[in-house]
Amino acid sequence: MASPKALGQVTEDIARLVLRKPGPAWSLALFVTGCAFLVGLAAIVYEMVVGIGAWGLNRTVGWAFDITNFVFWIGIGHAGTLISAILFLFRQKWRTSINRSAEAMTIFAVICAALFPLIHMGRPWYFYWILPYPNNRGSLWVNFRSPLLWDFFAIGTYFLISLVFWYIGMVPDLATLRDRAPSRLSRAIFRMLSLGWSGSAHIWHRYETIYALLAVLATPLVVSVHSIVSFDFATSVVPGWHSTIFPPYFVAGAIFSGFAMVMLLLIIARKTMRLEDYITPQHFNWMCKIMLLAGLIIGFAYLTEAFMAWYSGNRYEIAALRNRALGPYAWAYWTMVFCNVAAPQVLWLRRARHTIWVVFLVSLLVTLGMWLERFVIIVTSLYRDFLPSSWTTYTPTANEVAILVGIFGLFFALFLVFTRVLPVCSISEIKAVLGYARAGATGPSDHD
Amino acid sequence: MTERFCIGYFNNEHDLLTAVAEARRRAYRVLDVFAPHPLHGLAHELGLRPSRLTLIGLWAGVLGLLFGLTLQFWTSAFDWPLIVGGQPFNSWPVFIPVSFELTVLFAGILGVLALLVRGRLWPGRRPPVLPDVTDDRFALVLAQVDSSVDPEELTALLRQHHAVEIVERDQVA
Repeated sequence: MASPKALGQVTEDIARLVLRKPGPAWSLALFVTGCAFLVGLAAIVYEMVVGIGAWGLNRTVGWAFDITNFVFWIGIGHAGTLISAILFLFRQKWRTSINRSAEAMTIFAVICAALFPLIHMGRPWYFYWILPYPNNRGSLWVNFRSPLLWDFFAIGTYFLISLVFWYIGMVPDLATLRDRAPSRLSRAIFRMLSLGWSGSAHIWHRYETIYALLAVLATPLVVSVHSIVSFDFATSVVPGWHSTIFPPYFVAGAIFSGFAMVMLLLIIARKTMRLEDYITPQHFNWMCKIMLLAGLIIGFAYLTEAFMAWYSGNRYEIAALRNRALGPYAWAYWTMVFCNVAAPQVLWLRRARHTIWVVFLVSLLVTLGMWLERFVIIVTSLYRDFLPSSWTTYTPTANEVAILVGIFGLFFALFLVFTRVLPVCSISEIKAVLGYARAGATGPSDHD
Repeated sequence: MTERFCIGYFNNEHDLLTAVAEARRRAYRVLDVFAPHPLHGLAHELGLRPSRLTLIGLWAGVLGLLFGLTLQFWTSAFDWPLIVGGQPFNSWPVFIPVSFELTVLFAGILGVLALLVRGRLWPGRRPPVLPDVTDDRFALVLAQVDSSVDPEELTALLRQHHAVEIVERDQVA
């Protein structure tokens, strides 16, 4: 917090954003992202009508753009959970200004991610076949030994726990909005959503218990979800995938890309919504440090992969590495190395961490780099398989590119709508850390 | 005799906490405290025991774990056993991820439902909400149970701790 504020001022600053009329910039941004989403939606409808032959996949490269997007978006979500759960357990008070929007980002990212396995099924209307329910096919059960099924459980749990964590954290703020809502309609909506919250100490007491419980439960999810996603690759016998380093490597990558995306969103949000008093350069400084650490782990993982390929003496592992770094997709590999390993090094400088445009640029590069990383892992492990006669390359079709554009549109459109209808910062949590009475902003009343 | 309530409003948490401590020392009945944010140490001052909701979360987690293991064992090894990847039917190590996720899911969802039940929170409920306690004021509600407590005493205590507004009435709100 730049300067200590009065409790009423905090309510005013944040609630003002929810109950305001949208400005032209917001409307324009929603229009652009909405159009992007419609392009993607049209592409998805086309793909469903003609089948996934609309994509550039072939017999050798059976996973490409689609699974890249899936892994990328799931990873984005992890920073939100890290901020909301792990930093809460470590009593990092600075998280209170950013956790609400980071959690919202998590939920929207998981929605975007979940779309991809769904459309990759080709016939998504049969998606419920992955649920273990008694059926009239025998009843032939789902295969619990498949990591793809673990994915379903991991992502389902992750989405539901994140959603509940986000919502429960918001209930006191929704009550604040209920008590200030100007129109009958908005009051009725916030009354429904705030569950009859009165601010009673007895309920606060139980509420804090459950909030801490959810934080404790969400913490292993940060580690487990992307570990399970990495099992999709690591449990196969494909050189370049079959590696025990994958779970920690994926988790670090998830946090790395997630923090980049959080910072991109927050840099835009604080400028356009005048939240400079709440989201300060100090927040970016701390987030940059976490991102730098995650980036170093990623760099170390790239080196370990190369070392293990060489040290194992396994000719297929060595070939996979050589294909990755020197083959037709070398441009993607080296761009990835530049974006993920070289670019973040500028964050060692204090000045860079405090210069918003540098942070923005680095975050943009990291987002690009991490998307490419998933592309490199997936495509360059598949395109030259054990049989040289089936070697091929992969190029995305216009349909796949349109879906990629559309999903970014959906993500940003959801975030824009969120900033209009719900409090973007946690009002009650900010008040709790103000230290209002103790810091002596107005000071406690004199005691005799 | 009908109960009467004495509500004191405070502008900062420090005054509220000292008033609560004083009221408890004098053995007045503190009905409730309303605050816009969680107050550190208030539960202790009010003599609230640690919530047992954590235990509900624990048992819900155990339930989820057992459900996950039973479901996978029964479907994979009993109801329709299939050989997959040369593994035994009861290949329990591969059942760990799903069991873990169901443990977390059950603990989280049932824990939150328990909070809603115990806190009597549901959509559309219209609780008595005191003015400004979700914004910038703190309220301390003292109950005058019988004639042994003089309402004047309650008011004096609140005023002494710098209550900015004192209201007496027959109902909380």
